[in-house]
Amino acid sequence: MTGIGWLQALILFGLVLVAVKPLGAFMARVFQGESTFLTPVFAPIERMIYRLCGVDPKEEMPWYTYLFATLAFSAVGLIYLYVLLRTQAFLPLNPQKFGNLAPDLAWNTAVSFVTNTNWQFYAGENTLSYLSQMVGLAWHNFTSAAVGIVLAIAFIRGIARTDLRTLGNFWADMTRCCLYVLLPISIVGTLLLVWTGVPQNFHAYETVTSIDGFHQAITGGPMASQEVIKELGTNGGGFIGQNSAAPNENPTPLSDLFELWLLLVIAAALTYTFGRMVKDQRQGWALFIAMSILFFVGLVVAYASEAAGNPIVHQLGVLGGNMEGKEARFGIAASSLWAVATTATSCGAVNAMHDSFTALGGLIPMLNIQLGEIIFGGVGSGLYGKLIFVILTVFIAGLMVGRTPEYLGKKIERREVQLAILFILITPLFTLVPTAIAAINPAGLATLGNSGPHGFSEILYAYTSATGNNGSAFAGLGPNLFYNVSMGIVMFFGRFAEFVPMLALAGALAGKRAVAASAGTFTTHSPIFVGLLIGTILIVGALTFLPADALGPIVEHLLMIQGKTF
Amino acid sequence: MNTNKTTDNTLRHLWPSVMFTLITVVLFGIVYPVVMTGISQLMFPTQANGSIVSVGGKPVASTIIGQLWKSAKYFQGRPSAAGNGYDPTSTGATNLGPTSKKLIDATRSAIAALKKANPNATDPVPMDLVTTSASGIDPDISPEAASYQAPRVASARHMSLDAVRSLIAAHVAPRQLGFLGEPRVNVLELNMALDGIHS
Amino acid sequence: MSTRLERRPKARSLFDRKILVTAMWDSFRKLDPRGQYRNPVMFICEVGALVTLGFFLRDLRTHGPAGFDFAISIWLWFTVVFANFAEAVAEGRGKAQAEFLRRTKTDTMARRIVGGREEMVPATSLRKGETFAVIAGELIAADGDVIEGAASVDESAITGESAPVIREAGGDRSSVTGGTRVLSDRIVVRVTSNPGETFLDRMIALVEGASRQKTPNEIALSILLAGLTIIFLIAVATLSPFSLYAGSAQSVTVLIALLVCLIPTTIGGLLSAIGIAGMDRVLQRNVLAMSGRAVEAAGDVDTLLLDKTGTITLGNRRATEIILAPGVSEEIAARAAMLSSIPDETPEGRSIVTLSAPRAADGQSAAAERDLRALVPAGSTFVPFSAYTRMSGLDLPGGGSIRKGAPDAVRAWVRERTGDGAAVLADDVERIARSGGTPLLLADDRQILGAIHLKDILKPNMSDRFARLRNMGIRTIMITGDNPLTAATIARESGVDDFLAEATPETKMALIKREQESGRLVAMTGDGTNDAPALAQADVGVAMNSGTQAAKEAANMVDLDSDPTKLIEVVEIGKQLLMTRGALTTFSIANDVAKYFAILPAMFAIAYPAMNALNVMRLTTPQSAILSAVIFNALIIVALIPLALRGVAYRPRGANAVLRTNVLIYGVGGIIAPFIGIKLIDMILAAFHLV
Repeated sequence: MTGIGWLQALILFGLVLVAVKPLGAFMARVFQGESTFLTPVFAPIERMIYRLCGVDPKEEMPWYTYLFATLAFSAVGLIYLYVLLRTQAFLPLNPQKFGNLAPDLAWNTAVSFVTNTNWQFYAGENTLSYLSQMVGLAWHNFTSAAVGIVLAIAFIRGIARTDLRTLGNFWADMTRCCLYVLLPISIVGTLLLVWTGVPQNFHAYETVTSIDGFHQAITGGPMASQEVIKELGTNGGGFIGQNSAAPNENPTPLSDLFELWLLLVIAAALTYTFGRMVKDQRQGWALFIAMSILFFVGLVVAYASEAAGNPIVHQLGVLGGNMEGKEARFGIAASSLWAVATTATSCGAVNAMHDSFTALGGLIPMLNIQLGEIIFGGVGSGLYGKLIFVILTVFIAGLMVGRTPEYLGKKIERREVQLAILFILITPLFTLVPTAIAAINPAGLATLGNSGPHGFSEILYAYTSATGNNGSAFAGLGPNLFYNVSMGIVMFFGRFAEFVPMLALAGALAGKRAVAASAGTFTTHSPIFVGLLIGTILIVGALTFLPADALGPIVEHLLMIQGKTF
Repeated sequence: MNTNKTTDNTLRHLWPSVMFTLITVVLFGIVYPVVMTGISQLMFPTQANGSIVSVGGKPVASTIIGQLWKSAKYFQGRPSAAGNGYDPTSTGATNLGPTSKKLIDATRSAIAALKKANPNATDPVPMDLVTTSASGIDPDISPEAASYQAPRVASARHMSLDAVRSLIAAHVAPRQLGFLGEPRVNVLELNMALDGIHS
Repeated sequence: MSTRLERRPKARSLFDRKILVTAMWDSFRKLDPRGQYRNPVMFICEVGALVTLGFFLRDLRTHGPAGFDFAISIWLWFTVVFANFAEAVAEGRGKAQAEFLRRTKTDTMARRIVGGREEMVPATSLRKGETFAVIAGELIAADGDVIEGAASVDESAITGESAPVIREAGGDRSSVTGGTRVLSDRIVVRVTSNPGETFLDRMIALVEGASRQKTPNEIALSILLAGLTIIFLIAVATLSPFSLYAGSAQSVTVLIALLVCLIPTTIGGLLSAIGIAGMDRVLQRNVLAMSGRAVEAAGDVDTLLLDKTGTITLGNRRATEIILAPGVSEEIAARAAMLSSIPDETPEGRSIVTLSAPRAADGQSAAAERDLRALVPAGSTFVPFSAYTRMSGLDLPGGGSIRKGAPDAVRAWVRERTGDGAAVLADDVERIARSGGTPLLLADDRQILGAIHLKDILKPNMSDRFARLRNMGIRTIMITGDNPLTAATIARESGVDDFLAEATPETKMALIKREQESGRLVAMTGDGTNDAPALAQADVGVAMNSGTQAAKEAANMVDLDSDPTKLIEVVEIGKQLLMTRGALTTFSIANDVAKYFAILPAMFAIAYPAMNALNVMRLTTPQSAILSAVIFNALIIVALIPLALRGVAYRPRGANAVLRTNVLIYGVGGIIAPFIGIKLIDMILAAFHLV
C-alpha cells in the first residue's frame, strides 16, 4: 500500500462527498415535483411524455399499484430486449454483421439488463450490433437505474408520509428521474469521456497493420454515451467484454476516476435526498457515514491484500503486488479501489479481473455484495436495502431501550418486521441454494475456469453477483445452458422478489401515524446507532455467508500462504 | 404530494408501460447517442474516432490500444489473453486465481521466456511483464518494464543503452494530476519514437 | 367454611424449591411436539435431537461414531429441556398463586333477594343484575356493586393486605369482589358478573398464564427469530453440497449441531419465560394486568396523567383559614361553613368543621360529632360535591341554601341568584391559589360570605420521581380540579411537567385524545365511574381496586393496593420486559460468531488442514470443538434463566445511555463470552477424556 494510493481513494471520496449535498438536494426537488434550473429545458418533454402515455402525474398510487406499474414496465422491457437480441441480425446499425443471440444467452442478457445486474456472458465487441447496444442495453441502463431510484423515493415517501396510503406516481417519478437526473449528467459525462479518449462513432471496426507488421481491428461504436450511463446508473454492462479494464472504455486514470465518481455519486447522494425528504438531514448523513465506514474497511483489506501480492508468484522470483488481470495504467491501488467501489455499489463494472485477485482481495468484493448491496448499493436499491437493515437494527436496538421500536416516528411492529425479514431472506436464499445446486452438478462444474476452492469461489461469486444484481464476476466461469438459464432466474428474483416486501413495507409505513420522539426514543443518527447498524449488517451478512466463504476465498487464502496450488 | 387522488385500477398501467418504453427508447436509445456522437465528432474528432495513429497516411494503430510487438528492436507490451494476443475484438484475461497451477506455470514460463529474450537484462523481473493484463489490449507498461527491456532494444538497434534509457525517460507518463493511476510508458509511442516517427 | 381468610402470598423467592421440582417434571412434559411446535426455534432443536438420537441408534448396529452422536443428541435434548424448564419455572410461580386463589373460591351460599325476600342459593347460581345481601362474617358470593349500606371488608385474599377496607353504596367505593369477606354491618350487592367471569376467575386465569397471548412485540420478535432460523437453515443445508465440492462430506449430526448452535436458541428458549415473568413481576407489585399487551404498552408510555390528590399530594387537604367578605361577621361565615360541611364526609369537609366550629357560637358547645349533626336543621338536604357543579352545600328547609366550592362556580351561583357578580374577595382567592392552596368560596343566597383556604400537603420525594420519569422520556401531567393558579403552584413545587386545572371528565378525555393525536401513548390512573371513559381511551389505564366496577372494567390494569403512584413502577416493568427480550436477542445472535470459529475449522479439519488457522480457541479435537459449542449453547440457557425471570438491570436513564450500556454488555459481551465458555468446556472435556 502506498500513500499515493490512499490519496487517490481519499480524493475520490472527497469528490463524491462534495456532490452529495447539491445532487441530493436537487433530486429531492425533482421528486417532490418542484422546479429546478433544468425545468425550462425539460418540462416540455416531460409534459409530452405524460400526454402520450395518458398519465396524470398528480395521481397518487398505493404501494401495490406502484408495484404493478414497476413490474408491468419491467416486463415490457424484458420482452422488448429479448426480441431485440434475437433479431438483431435483421436490424440496421450492425456494421460487423453480428448474428442473433441464442435463446438462452438472449434470456440471460435480457434479464441481466432489466434487473440492473448487467452480468455479461458475452463480449459486446464480438456479439452485439450497435443498435442492440444503443436502443437495447443503453436504454435499459437509463430505465433500470431509474426504476431503482424511483423505488427508493417511494420507500422514502413511505417513511416520510403519515396516515397516507400512497407512495407517489411511478410514471411521473420515472420521467423526472430520466430527464432531470440521469440525462443531464450523461450528456456532460459523455463529452468528458470522449475527451479522455473514449470513442463515440458509428464506424465499422477499422483494420490496421502495425509498424511491426501486426494486423489489428480497432473497435468502435457509440461507446462514451453508453459508458457514462453504465456507471451513473450502477449498471456495469460494458460495451466491450473486458468492461472498464478495456482501454477504449476507460483510457486513462482520469477517466477511471471520473467513472468511479459516476458509479458512486447517485447512491451516495440519495442519502441526502432521504434526509431532505424526511426533514432530518442527520438521518441521511448517518446512513452515509455507515456506508463510508463499510466502504473503507473493505478497501483496507482488499488493497492491503493486493499490494502484498501472491506469495506463490513471489517464490518464482518476481516481487511486488498482484498485477495478474490488472492494467498497467491503473495499477494496484486504482484496481483495488474500483473493485471495492463497484461491489459496494451494485455497479459491477470492472477495471481489473476479480477472478485473478488474491484470495482476500477477491473475498471483499464478494462479501460487499453478500451484505446485501447496501454499502452504497445500486442507485436506489442500495438506499432501500440499507433502510430495511436500519429498520431491523431499530427493532433489536429499540427493544434494548425498553420501548416498542420506532424509526423516524414510525413504530416498527409485527408487519414491518415480517416484511423486512422477508426482504433480507432473499439474498441468502437465491445466492446459496443455486450455488449448492451448481457445486454438485456436472453442468455447474463444466465451465469453471479454476479448480479447488477458487473454482467454488467462481460459482459462489456468480450467484452472489446475480442475486445482488451486481454483474461483476469471477469471470473464469464460462457460459453454458445451465448458467444462462439459472442465473437469469436468480437475477430475476434477486431484483423483483425484493420489490414486493419492500414496497409493501413502504405502504405499511406510509399508513402509520407518527409517534412523537422523547428522551425515551434513542436517536438514529448517533455514533452508537451507526455502529450498531454496521454491526447488524456485518453479523447478519457474515453469519449467513461465512460457511460458504470459508470454503471459498478464506480457505484459499490459508492455502495460498502455504503455497498450495490446484 | 399535492393531491390525494388515488387509483386502485392497476390494469390501467399496462398502456403507459408500452408507451413509456417506446418514447424513452427513441429519446435515450436513439436521439441521445446520435446527438452525442454529433457533438463528439465536432468537438473531439480524434478521440471520438478511436485515437487512430497514421503513418504515411495509413492507419497503424490506436494510441489507446495495445499491440503485439515481436521484433527484438521494439519494446514489448504485457502478456495478453485477448484472442491470439492483443485482439480488440476479443478482449480477455486469463481469469486464473492465485492458487491456480495454470497461473503459476504460465508465470514461470513467462519469466523464463522473458529472461531468454533479455539475456543482458540487469533489473529484477518486473511483475507487469510476467502477468497478463485485464483487457488483453493494455497499451502501457511500467517504467521498470521498459527499463528491463532497454539493454535488449539497445543491442538490437545498436544504440547506446543511455540513449534508449533517456528515450524511455522522455516517454514515462507520470501519474495523472500527480496522484492518479501509476507512472507508465505507452509502448506504441515509445516504439514510434525509437523509429523516429512522431505522431 | 373456614372462618379465617388466608392472605394471598405476595412474593415468593425466585427459585422456590417446590416450584423448581414441579418445573423439572413439566420441562419433560413440554417435550410433547404438539406443544413444542409453537416455538419454532426450539421445535427445530427438538427435531435435531430426535434425528441425532436416530443416528446414535443406527451407530449401535453399524458401529458408527456412537459416542459422538450420543453426546450431541443428549445435549440437544438438554437444550430443549432447559428451555422448557425456563418456561416451566416462570409458569410455576403463577400457578402457585392461582392454586391459592382457587382455594378462596369455595362454594358459598348467597342470600339472593327476590321481591324483597332473601333466599339462600348457591353462589354459582347468581346472575348478572340479581341482588343479594351479605352480613358480617360472610363471604361475598359474587362481584358486584354495593347498592345499600356500608361495611368493612377484608380483601386480603385478593390483595394480600390485611387491613380491612370500607365499601359503601354510591360513590367511588362501591365495588366488592367475590371471595372477600364482610367484617361488619350488612350490605346489599348487585351482581355485575356471571360465574366464571368474575374478577377472581379472571385473576386465576391471568396468573396461571392460561389466557396468556403473545404480546405484539413478542410476536414481532418471534417473526424475526423465525426469519433468522430460516436463514441459518439455508446456510447449513447448503453447506452439505459445498462440503461435497470440497471433498469432505459432512455427517448429518455435525450439520445439525451447527444448525442448533446458530439458530437463536438462547432467546428462543427464554422468550416465553421472559413474558410470563414480566407479568409475574407486575403481579408481585400487586397490580393485576389484564393482558401482557398492557404491560408492554406501559413501557411505551410517553405521557402519564396523574391525579393530584393521592398521587402528588396526600389525599387530605386541610382548611387553615377563613377570610371574611366585607361586611360579613365571623359568626355568620363560620356558621355557614360549619353547617354546609357537617354532612360532608370528606377529609376536607371535616377539616372545615374543625376550623369553623369553634368560631360559631353553637358550634363551640357541640363537642362531639353527634352533637354537631344535631345543629343541622331537620329537613335540610345535603348537596354533595360533583365534578360538574364543583360545589357542595346545604339546602335548608326554609328555602335558603348555602354553597361552598370552586370560586368561579360559587360566583356564578350567586350571580344567578342576586345578579351581582362582584369580585368580592378576588385578591384573597388569588393569593390563596398562588400559594398553592385551594380557595373555596362560601356563599348563601344573598351574598358571598367568605373564602376558605384549603392547604395541600405534598407527598415527599415526588420531584425525584418525576425527574426520573423525565429521564426515561416520560412527561407527567397533573390532573386536578383546582383552579389554574393553585395547580400551577403545586405543579411547580412537586416538579410535574404540566398540569390540567379545573379538570372535568370531558377536559381529561380531550387531553388524552390530544396527546394521542400528537403521537404519544398515554397512561392514567382512575377510580371513579367518571374516569371510566378516559381509562378506556388511555393506552394504559390503571384502575384502583377501591374504585368502581365500571372503572375496573374500563381499565387494563387494576392496582390491588389502590396506590396511584404504582403506575410508575408498572412503566418500569414494561420497559424492563422489552429490554430483557432485546438484550437476550442481541446476546444470542452475537454468540454465533464464536460458534463458527469452533465448528467450521472442526468440520473441515480433514479436507483443509489449513483451516485450523481459524481454530483461534485452539480446541483440542474436532469432536471436542463441536461438542463444546453444543454444550455451551445448552448451558447458556440455564445460566440466563435468572436474568430472564428477573429482567435485566434497569435504571431510569435516557434511551441513548441505555442503548450504549446494553450494546456493550449484551452485544460485545455476547461476542466475547462464548469464546471463553467454549474454551473452558473444551478444557474440561479434554481433562476428563470425555471425547
